[in-house]
Amino acid sequence: MIDPQAIERHGLKRDEYDRIVQFLGREPNLTELGIFSVMWSEHCSYKSSRVHLKTLPTEGPQVLQGPGENAGAIDIGDGLAAVFKIESHNHPSFIEPYQGAATGVGGIIRDIFTMGARPIALLNSLRFGALDAPGTRRLLEGVVAGIAGYGNSIGIPTVGGEIVFEPSYAGNPLVNVFCLGVAKASEIIKGVASGAGNAVYYVGAKTGRDGIHGATMASAEFDEKSAEKRPAVQVGDPFMEKLLLEACLEVMKTDALVGIQDMGAAGLTCSTTEMGSRGGAGVEIDVAMVPQRESAMTPYEIMLSESQERMLLVVKRGREAEVERIFDKWDLHAVHIGEVTSDGMLRVRERGAVVAEIPNRALTDEAPVYRRPMAEPEYLREVQRLDLDALPAGLKDPGPNPALLALLATPTIASKKWIYRQYDHMVRTNTINMPGQGAGVVRIKGTDRALAMSVDGNGRYCYLDPRRGAMLAVAEASRNVACAGARPLGATNCLNFGNPERPAIMWQFAKAVEGIGDACRALGVPITGGNVSLYNETDGNAVYPTPTIGVVGLLEHADRVLSGQFKETGDTIVLLGREGAGELGGTEYLKVLHGLVAGAPPAIDLEAERALESLLVTLAGERLIRSAHDCSDGGIAVTLAECCFDTNGIGAEISLESVHVAGDARIDTAAALFGESASRVLVSVEPDQLTTVLERAAAARVPARVVGSTGGNRLRISVGGTTAIDQSVGDAERVWSTAIDQYFARRVA
Amino acid sequence: MKFGIVVFPGSNCDEDAFHAARDVFGQEAEYLWHKDTDLKGADVIILPGGFAHGDYLRTGAMARFSPIMPAVRAFAERGGPVLGICNGFQILLESGLLPGAMLRNRGLKYRCEHVYLRVEQSDTPFTAAARPGQILRIPIGHGEGNYFAPPDVLEKIERNRQVVLRYTDPHGRIDDEWNPNGSVNAIAGLCNEARNVVGMMPHPERACEALVGGVDGRAVFESIVETFRLAEHRQPQVTA
Repeated sequence: MIDPQAIERHGLKRDEYDRIVQFLGREPNLTELGIFSVMWSEHCSYKSSRVHLKTLPTEGPQVLQGPGENAGAIDIGDGLAAVFKIESHNHPSFIEPYQGAATGVGGIIRDIFTMGARPIALLNSLRFGALDAPGTRRLLEGVVAGIAGYGNSIGIPTVGGEIVFEPSYAGNPLVNVFCLGVAKASEIIKGVASGAGNAVYYVGAKTGRDGIHGATMASAEFDEKSAEKRPAVQVGDPFMEKLLLEACLEVMKTDALVGIQDMGAAGLTCSTTEMGSRGGAGVEIDVAMVPQRESAMTPYEIMLSESQERMLLVVKRGREAEVERIFDKWDLHAVHIGEVTSDGMLRVRERGAVVAEIPNRALTDEAPVYRRPMAEPEYLREVQRLDLDALPAGLKDPGPNPALLALLATPTIASKKWIYRQYDHMVRTNTINMPGQGAGVVRIKGTDRALAMSVDGNGRYCYLDPRRGAMLAVAEASRNVACAGARPLGATNCLNFGNPERPAIMWQFAKAVEGIGDACRALGVPITGGNVSLYNETDGNAVYPTPTIGVVGLLEHADRVLSGQFKETGDTIVLLGREGAGELGGTEYLKVLHGLVAGAPPAIDLEAERALESLLVTLAGERLIRSAHDCSDGGIAVTLAECCFDTNGIGAEISLESVHVAGDARIDTAAALFGESASRVLVSVEPDQLTTVLERAAAARVPARVVGSTGGNRLRISVGGTTAIDQSVGDAERVWSTAIDQYFARRVA
Repeated sequence: MKFGIVVFPGSNCDEDAFHAARDVFGQEAEYLWHKDTDLKGADVIILPGGFAHGDYLRTGAMARFSPIMPAVRAFAERGGPVLGICNGFQILLESGLLPGAMLRNRGLKYRCEHVYLRVEQSDTPFTAAARPGQILRIPIGHGEGNYFAPPDVLEKIERNRQVVLRYTDPHGRIDDEWNPNGSVNAIAGLCNEARNVVGMMPHPERACEALVGGVDGRAVFESIVETFRLAEHRQPQVTA
């Protein structure tokens, strides 16, 4: 009955099928084959990535829950835990942008409240093709509307994120969503099934045929037929999730639960097997009891459906009525669909008759693990070569002032207000640092504390050097958190790569994971969880290797938070970190002004980075500085401009040292202005505090140099004593703040 | 005084209103479940923001049928102060406690940002502590805040001085550029003829603390607290 076509249709390889037969001691039936196919899919089993992920640092005194649960958790004092995770929804968002992004948000929120935490903040990290390329605006509008539609309705603020436009993502956008919640550290709940005889309950939306084989879809490349897979994308219902959220948190306040897990990828299959596996128990359910939205659904369809907004609960014996009562209050129906058993089997019945019977371990711990072949990609040497004396003809640097304006207008750098204005970023009245800052900051009501969080990545850097690029991503996320005045405590990662069956892609993956591991170890931010998204390719073209890193940090005193904007005129501007070697490899400048993606990304010294971040936390804690803004895309010139924006026009004047990287003096000037050397932050300081700030920097062995001061209404930068940039803040701000709107206005016109 | 904050399924600013009333202004506050029919002795009722019942039909269209709404209506008819914020305003419109209706924002997108409001009337329980012409900077967050009323109704509410707040520029001038949603006559807030029921799209509870969102929303809460204090002073058993 199981023919080779059926095996292939299920995305399984012949040898994987043989393993199944070996485990069962017989041929599987179709339902069992379906269950194996989703559990052994790349998305659920991490079969290509697992050997590499094991090398990541996951421990630290602050870590309450590392990888392996629905989300990670860190100790934030006062008996509280921050529970957070990032996840991708790339494939569904490409096929159906609104629902794909919306259900991504819904999924990550469930992962957080499943742990017993109340979700209080969302971030997202989005990557699309060039904004003026066909299709990008439709995808962007759909994804943004989907995130807004879900997050706004459920009432969790979107407090920050990042959006990048690169041609590499045109055929495969990246939609990574991050959620953070807060729980009492002692009341974290796990996704575990144990205690034979305890009842297994199903709560939430009814099961339909939507999303069947979503996990398998997320584990395959795209081609021109991908649109036909639309039925595999689920439809979100944020109202249902809001009810589930409130009802589940209310149930968790009783102690009637043994464990709880949401039904995300691979739905009922994944939740039953994972809960059983974590608890060393078996789970037995009868699919006939599962509430169904459509008629004549088969056990196969019920087990594989990815209908949204569904939860699986294990309730202590004798406490069932109490749990049912709470769900009733919220007009939700908790349905008793099975029991925990002691035999370690996933047993699925249909009106009593067994239709699938598989050892849990075969689906989880014993899933295939691959050490896939790796090979350094051939393109690498080619693109790393950068001769600044032989830049391509045609495109020319028009001089520092127009170059700055061009960078400010490039969608990756321009103001994202058009986007984040569509997200409710203030609901729950905790948001201190709003979107548009390096890190989003929310206070924790009932305490003096606040949490800062940032998600960052740089696919272009990783394309040029995956290991260094990944280190830079960790450093940037961590630095953004430190720039808000918060001590970075933990990290989560979302690894977006191409087809791991290609050795070049696997090599990128392995190198990136090495880089993440090194940076997280050095900066003291263990990885507490995350997700891997492979097969991000369309018609054989992979996206840039793109690890996105979310870092969470703690502010002991919420009111000592820092933002990036200058606050007063007459303040001294200090550059923390090395002046910069004028590194132009992989920069926005080279891409935008010269049409070139080449060179090595900036070097990074992780010890220096750690010293810088810890200095920032000290300076903020002692209220010695008034603003802090890290230097990243577009270099120090763009950073200075951004420090002046949204301040009602406070200007600034700074002088930079000259650098010598090319034969052409104009390129040298550009390198000083727009080079993206790492580990640098511009801070503004009240003149009275300057001596203390410089002392603290010296004690921390962080280079610090007074480069200028705030004041006037112009942006002035000299390089090596010669004026390079001189323009009105207002004009520059207009360019920066209207650039993205204009892409949409043009279409309407 | 005691704030009663109605919780509909899908309300999501209920906790924010509760926090403002209890933690910021030190008043008593209690949640009122939408299936209840008792206002638990509340002196003022807040219908908070959110997406009651998901608002899949028309904003507020389902919530008006909640079991608690007859009690809210009776309370309002007795002169009890009722404030609808955002979705709460939409529910008041659907219930007929305030005139007019909401359309989708001009531009068809949800908007979350600070806006400038001009206080038009200070003889309501929610604006008594402000002065006419005062400019408030308060956030909005909505996709359907484009207030609409037919010409005859509009003429009537203007004649009765029922427009309590209007969207303006930072200097208090009406300017279409600064109208975030296309509301007719730049209407951001409205009261009933008896002036005890007020609906507003902006979120005053999001602007009660300097650390988050500014402090201009305090005027709304200070107004009701002060109104109640004066009323209690005059007539100790005034509560409904």
